[in-house]
Amino acid sequence: MHAPVSWLRELADVPADATGADIAAALVKVGLEEEGLSGGDISGPIVVGRVLTVEPEPQKNGKTVNWCTVDVGDHGQRVTEGKAQEIVCGAHNFSAGDLVVCVLPGGVLPGGFEISARKTYGHVSNGMICSARELGLGDDHDGIILLTELLGADAAASLQPGDDAIALLGLADEVVEVNVTPDRGYCFSLRGIAREYALSTGAAYRDPADLRVAEGDGTGYPVHLTDDAPVEGVVGCDRYVARVVRGVDVGAATPQWMRKRLTQVGMRPISLAVDVTNYVMMLLGQPLHAFDLQTLSGAVGTRRARVGEKLTTLDDVARALDPEDLLIVDGSDTPLAIAGVMGGEASEVTSATTDVLIEAAHFDPISIARSSRRHRLVTEASKRFERGVDPAVAAAAAQLAVDLLVEHGGGTADPGATDVGEPRTPAAIAFDTALPTRYVGLDYPREEVLSTLRAIGCVVQDDAGDAGDAGDDVVTVQPPSWRPDLADGPDLVEEVARVRGYDQIPSVLPQPKDGHGLTHGQRVRRVIATTLAHQGLVEVLTYPFVARDLFDRLGYAPDDSRRRAEALVNPLSEEAPLMRTSVLDTLQDALRRNVARGHRDVAVYEVGLVTVGREDAAVAPVPGIEVRPDDATLDRIREAVPAQPRHVAMAAAGDASVAGPWGPARPYDASDAVAWVLTLGTALGLDLEVQAADRSPWHPGRCASISLPDGTVVGHAGELHPKVTAALDLPARSVAAEVDVDVLIAATGTPRQADELSTYPAAHTDVALVVDEQVPAGRVEAALRAGAGEGLESVHLFDVYRGEQVGDGRKSLAYRLTFRAPDRTLTTDEVSALRDAAVAAAAEQTGAVQR
Amino acid sequence: MSGPNTQYDPVEVAALDPAAVEQAVTDALAAIAAADSLEALKAARLAHQGEKSPLALANREIGALPPSAKAEAGKRVGQARGRVGQALAGRQVELEAERDARILVEETVDLTVRTPRRPLGARHPISLVSERIEDIFVAMGWEIAEGPEVESEWLNFDALNLSPDHPARGEADTFFVAPAGSGLVLRTHTSPVQVRTMLDREPPIYILCPGKVFRTDDLDATHTPVFHQFEGLVVDEGITMAHLKGALDAFVQRLFGDGIVTRLRPNYFPFTEPSAEIDCQCWVCGGADASCRTCGGTGWIELGGCGMVNQRVLRAAGVDPQRYSGFAFGLGIERSLMLRHGVGDMHDIVEGDVRFSRQFGMEI
Repeated sequence: MHAPVSWLRELADVPADATGADIAAALVKVGLEEEGLSGGDISGPIVVGRVLTVEPEPQKNGKTVNWCTVDVGDHGQRVTEGKAQEIVCGAHNFSAGDLVVCVLPGGVLPGGFEISARKTYGHVSNGMICSARELGLGDDHDGIILLTELLGADAAASLQPGDDAIALLGLADEVVEVNVTPDRGYCFSLRGIAREYALSTGAAYRDPADLRVAEGDGTGYPVHLTDDAPVEGVVGCDRYVARVVRGVDVGAATPQWMRKRLTQVGMRPISLAVDVTNYVMMLLGQPLHAFDLQTLSGAVGTRRARVGEKLTTLDDVARALDPEDLLIVDGSDTPLAIAGVMGGEASEVTSATTDVLIEAAHFDPISIARSSRRHRLVTEASKRFERGVDPAVAAAAAQLAVDLLVEHGGGTADPGATDVGEPRTPAAIAFDTALPTRYVGLDYPREEVLSTLRAIGCVVQDDAGDAGDAGDDVVTVQPPSWRPDLADGPDLVEEVARVRGYDQIPSVLPQPKDGHGLTHGQRVRRVIATTLAHQGLVEVLTYPFVARDLFDRLGYAPDDSRRRAEALVNPLSEEAPLMRTSVLDTLQDALRRNVARGHRDVAVYEVGLVTVGREDAAVAPVPGIEVRPDDATLDRIREAVPAQPRHVAMAAAGDASVAGPWGPARPYDASDAVAWVLTLGTALGLDLEVQAADRSPWHPGRCASISLPDGTVVGHAGELHPKVTAALDLPARSVAAEVDVDVLIAATGTPRQADELSTYPAAHTDVALVVDEQVPAGRVEAALRAGAGEGLESVHLFDVYRGEQVGDGRKSLAYRLTFRAPDRTLTTDEVSALRDAAVAAAAEQTGAVQR
Repeated sequence: MSGPNTQYDPVEVAALDPAAVEQAVTDALAAIAAADSLEALKAARLAHQGEKSPLALANREIGALPPSAKAEAGKRVGQARGRVGQALAGRQVELEAERDARILVEETVDLTVRTPRRPLGARHPISLVSERIEDIFVAMGWEIAEGPEVESEWLNFDALNLSPDHPARGEADTFFVAPAGSGLVLRTHTSPVQVRTMLDREPPIYILCPGKVFRTDDLDATHTPVFHQFEGLVVDEGITMAHLKGALDAFVQRLFGDGIVTRLRPNYFPFTEPSAEIDCQCWVCGGADASCRTCGGTGWIELGGCGMVNQRVLRAAGVDPQRYSGFAFGLGIERSLMLRHGVGDMHDIVEGDVRFSRQFGMEI
């Protein structure tokens, strides 16, 4: 909302020396955030000029410019060269003798445009003859300003060349722009802004709605308020004021002061009837509508739209109406307007209009909000009705519009006035005057509380009188008609607190009695994230949205449960409408982007939630909020929310160890991905197990599933399937892993019991076992461990050999076994026996033959 | 060794002749001095101290001497052997030192290569800032509460006093989960976690709710549809706006620097009443620099919103507003990161370029 300072001064006693910035600061203090400050960036010389000569000069480019001399009084070239100002002007709407506005060299126009003498079209142009737009007076740039037109012949007659045009036209007027929060609908008006300014500064305030109003007397234009289907039980229109003005000259010019104010508040002057309704709306906050009376037949009224009904609105859009839309209709039941949103084309005031019906009504905010949203039509009117318009101001607004039309359009107001409906007033609040002190933590004396509430317009019924003291000191507060947002005690506390100033609130650190620190799961997640970073992976955060065909590209089988993804109704992009079911779904995007940006060797990871698609799409209930919903309802709400386990995914391409002075590079391979996951287990004190697995999107021969000792799968790791890397446009041989963090969290958390450390010497012995190619080393290792029993401290596979000596389809696995006893030094014979037992178990379980 | 030879005149034995012994020593010392390597010294040791060396031979002859002559000859030979042995040991030390020095020089490698064989990874700075903020509040005795990102409309909107007609509930701001009318959205703030906590446990509640949230904004330099927030909630007996201000002041001092304070400006949010906008003093210029890029010269930086928990929200979550009051606040983690670390473009935060995370390392 824009508030021109000069306009504000009419409504509140703004100190003469207060700047726009001062006013903005005062408004910020009471909760109107400053959005901008404009104006005040214009400086002279900008003067009245009388055109002396105009010489049209056709140019090669087809344009004709005018080489002019202008009398600018005792300024410019008259002073320096003793002659009239010489100016090149491209406009053609003037002739010698016209009074114009000239900016002379040294002058600065809005936006900081400094004007200097410059050579153009073969002349030195000593300044500019200005258009309305150049001076910030409106949009008009079709020609230059003619002061006789702008100000009227009478006002122009007294002007002299050289008069200061800045003062004349109020060009230096500052405009404060504030953001109006949704609860303060009344601040979408100068009336409301001025009231807030007065509240903030204590300045005197004059209510512009305080004027003589023709009372509704039953003789005005007939209006009926009908509503067969109130929204949420609230009637669509609870007050309708109608006034008629006949014989209006709609072609009459809107007075300059009104045009300027409309321009300053960001509206385009259009025609007298429209400008008057907009002006009154800006002043009082009451949206008005002007109908061409001749187009109406019979009584005007309201009703809800019918299925299939259509209305072409003022913006020339034929709109299909919804049965919930509130309409203004005439006696023939023809829709005239979507109430409170936009009028219809057919009843619009046109250049042929002579008689006007002014509507000043109060509509249900929710009904208007829904119509506005439904038709994607946000208008100045809907914006105000949605946020609450003062229902008490309607008659005054209609009166002011009538007065202005009569004054400037020469019409005659019908003597009768229509005023029907019974507007709801905000309910009275039983208010404990000690609540502000208790709620804010700053002492607000009772007197201050009451005087603040009265200052904002509340009527306070102080039963206890001034004798009221501490304890149960409850007063009855009737909020003013323009404050429908004041509904309970804390609403009033805010008023008391903001008027004193939030800057007065002390700073007191709250002291919780106990805190349990991070949860086990939160600590585990930090360990996981840090462990992966220490292994060379870089954490990224991706958007969790995926394409419908991603699961095909990942090679998921048709019945793979990971295909069951939740979809969005309104995705960011139709190309990614699903929620990821694995973190790898979106991590691969980050891997690809990095590779595309030239990072050949890259490893990334992400910890995040995935969404498990629901099998049965239960609807989450949406109960009321007056009380806590019952447990069954809350359970249904919680159960409708899909499961969202936390996963971590890892992916890498290129080299794991780069080439350097130390030797050649080593590319990432599937075992790196497995090692990442196993290292997570090590970091968390978990003994994870590895089995060969075949799972998309991994290479069927290079994929491992990693599980807890009880068999619970933690995740999968390995090299991505060649078809997947091709389909995802990733480097061949990219590796990846995906782990369910929640499983790791659940598997940890009970204190691990320490093993006793034996200080007796370890005995090492190596064995080479030949097995069939398809026997996984993990199985051989498990068999060795099982066979050797507790005396075996560690098993390390240090070499794998394939070749003639072991035969086709066979491999030799060389293990170093380390034995240690807790209570003695093992003898050579004991070690041999343990080793033999280990080998025997391997032979039995895997067919291993010792070499 | 030969046995005693009583016929032998010891005085006449050439090997024990003083001049011969002296010559043997002289020869040995010369050879030792001339040895220029440990191998040469080894050869000299063999020649002059070995079993067939003149002094060894001489020593052997001593046994054949009559007792009267043994002492003198023994002393002479013993001293000679001692001198040689000393020279050998000294030279040995010299040559070993030379060798060691040479080997260390030969073993020199160039360690000025900065590329590590296997570079360290990095945390994402959003995670690091988030954890830092969590730690600030945990240190004050708060707890960290979390919840789902796909959330029910009731918990995300209604329970927070955002009525079904609230503009933020439109598709222009909120992602809705299919099918239409499912009652599910992608949470637009972490406030549903506050509600879940109030539903699940009795006050006192002191929680911070960090997490990922979603709004249908397009990605540009300052906006992203998927971003991170942290919201605080305190519900206890006697909680006031002064406590809210105290918690915020403590937070900004720990994140942005000692002495920094917040400023509250009246504002409106459906879930709080009274409500306020949180500004934080500019920690870069303190308001002293009209051209400050961090605060735009105003001296204050807008951080987020806050207020006293609306009594309707308390009631919906089953908290008795007559007994308890509470405050809540919400701030953006991306914004905190951008402000604190001068990140100029949101794209860098969301695109996952490893160069971005690597700048920050593991602690922020």
